[in-house]
Amino acid sequence: MGETFAMKVLGRAAGKKVREGEIVFVEPDYILTHDNSAAIIGKFESTVPEGRVRYPGRISIVLDHVIPAASSKHAAGHKKIREFVREQGITNFFDIGYGVCHQVMPEMGLVKPGSIVLGSDSHTCTYGAFNCFATGIDRTEAAGIWITGRTWLKVPETINIELTGAFLGGVSAKDLILTIIGDVGAGGANYMAVEFNGPAVGGLRISDRMTIANMGIEMGAKIAAFPANIETSRYFIALDIEISKAVWSDHDAIYARTLEYDLSDIVPVIACPHQVDNVVPVGEMTGMKIDQIFLGTCTNGRFEDLKAAADILRGQKIHHSVRMLVGPASRIEYLKAMEKGILQDLVTAGAVVLPPGCGPCLGAHQGALAPGEKCLSTANRNFKGRMGEKEAEIYLSSPETAAASALTGKISDPREVLK
Amino acid sequence: MTVFHYPQDDINTDLLFPGKYTYTCSTGPEIKDHLLEDLDPEFAGKVQPGDMIIAGENFGCGSSREQPSLGLKHVGIKAILAKSFARIFYRSAINQGLLLIRNPEAAEYYTDGDEVAVDPAKGEIHVGDRVFSFPPLPDEMLDILKDGGLLNHIKKQYTPGDRT
Repeated sequence: MGETFAMKVLGRAAGKKVREGEIVFVEPDYILTHDNSAAIIGKFESTVPEGRVRYPGRISIVLDHVIPAASSKHAAGHKKIREFVREQGITNFFDIGYGVCHQVMPEMGLVKPGSIVLGSDSHTCTYGAFNCFATGIDRTEAAGIWITGRTWLKVPETINIELTGAFLGGVSAKDLILTIIGDVGAGGANYMAVEFNGPAVGGLRISDRMTIANMGIEMGAKIAAFPANIETSRYFIALDIEISKAVWSDHDAIYARTLEYDLSDIVPVIACPHQVDNVVPVGEMTGMKIDQIFLGTCTNGRFEDLKAAADILRGQKIHHSVRMLVGPASRIEYLKAMEKGILQDLVTAGAVVLPPGCGPCLGAHQGALAPGEKCLSTANRNFKGRMGEKEAEIYLSSPETAAASALTGKISDPREVLK
Repeated sequence: MTVFHYPQDDINTDLLFPGKYTYTCSTGPEIKDHLLEDLDPEFAGKVQPGDMIIAGENFGCGSSREQPSLGLKHVGIKAILAKSFARIFYRSAINQGLLLIRNPEAAEYYTDGDEVAVDPAKGEIHVGDRVFSFPPLPDEMLDILKDGGLLNHIKKQYTPGDRT
């Protein structure tokens, strides 16, 4: 019987053949934490006073969630983290300005095909784009891995998603993953691995794969993974990293379920409040007035996303009734967008550029919403209260739909604008 | 004992503990006042040690923030019965030493006012006039739960200087 990607990676890490449902102990290649490291340090120190982290080289800390610090309490957290990484000799520390952890981790070469990365952040599953087994854990478990270097994982069953065809104009990876989540449901892949297979995978850019893998957790998935192929090789050649450990499922692997999507059937969609699986075609929502547009995050803050929006907004002004915030996913993406004139296009159109970080996504600072306001966001969550106000509404879309809607101040179909 | 009954599916971590407090509230006493703030604003004022929560499918979906599991353990929630739990929340509850019971039939059977009693050792939950059983946790998780959570479990095994 063939093995899935999850079985192969976990089997290799555990040093034996594994079966689905089995619990294995593994030493993750990297453990990611972010601003929450301040709280994790507290747990670490109360568990092992004066203790040393087991593998300083396997710890990565990125300050991204509330940057620059929004209050002295946030600043105190950042300070504690800076002191801790110095004391413990943790060199993979990325202070404010590097960007969102899920963009920075691959950029810094810490996400490799065939490796295992655990992160105290639910969107750690983004690294599945790079053929990495990556999933989220809580703060307590991160503290535990700092101390012991290991943890347990259950070998998940796998859902196979077969992709064929190519996107039509005005449609992108975000529309695909929202469509899938709408079909599968918020808990439809709970505890399971999701693999993306099929002839269309090769045509997806790394940025597309990251958008798709990022949202695996929104259907409950443990991981959402892609095979390593030519695009993957190009990415790692540029980083001068060898990818000899890349691995993929056997042709006769057994899947719990197989779903098929033809990309040319996908239309622009929107996830309506207050659940990510509440997905409808943009056509059903056009004309609804919005107050704020947010283009950015680990889901859609990359150069390709900013460019897609700029291609729609270039030479025009956003509608006077709407405000638009743009958060580049990282310094590298920010610089790319700057060099290519993309930021100039967006700012000229009336957008406000935020520092590279999580920005308003989690409602802790920057661009919080007022009661009764509506935000169209390219982020991954529209939960009630997510952007700081439970009486506000969050709608999720692609960068293309966000840009088209910025022009009108109302939800608009990008295919109409691109005609 | 009070049973807090939230029968809807997909109760997410933002409803259990709003993200805007994530980096300013980390300890049990800090978390307590904001628990379930956007789901049931009365919960924090009413909850007592030994109380239970009963919910639908995919309870705890969303963020990896641990304030929900840590906070619910802190206020003394004895167990949560749900039709299913989101994966990260499930792990997190074990890490905090909080008992979760996945039993769709029992969660569906409960009607407001029913007496509920849990016997973790026997793997039984009594709901009204019926008894439902739940399978024991795998040993790896049971060990963590028995020690009162992951860090207590590690503390018992850790030797200073134990580092390669």
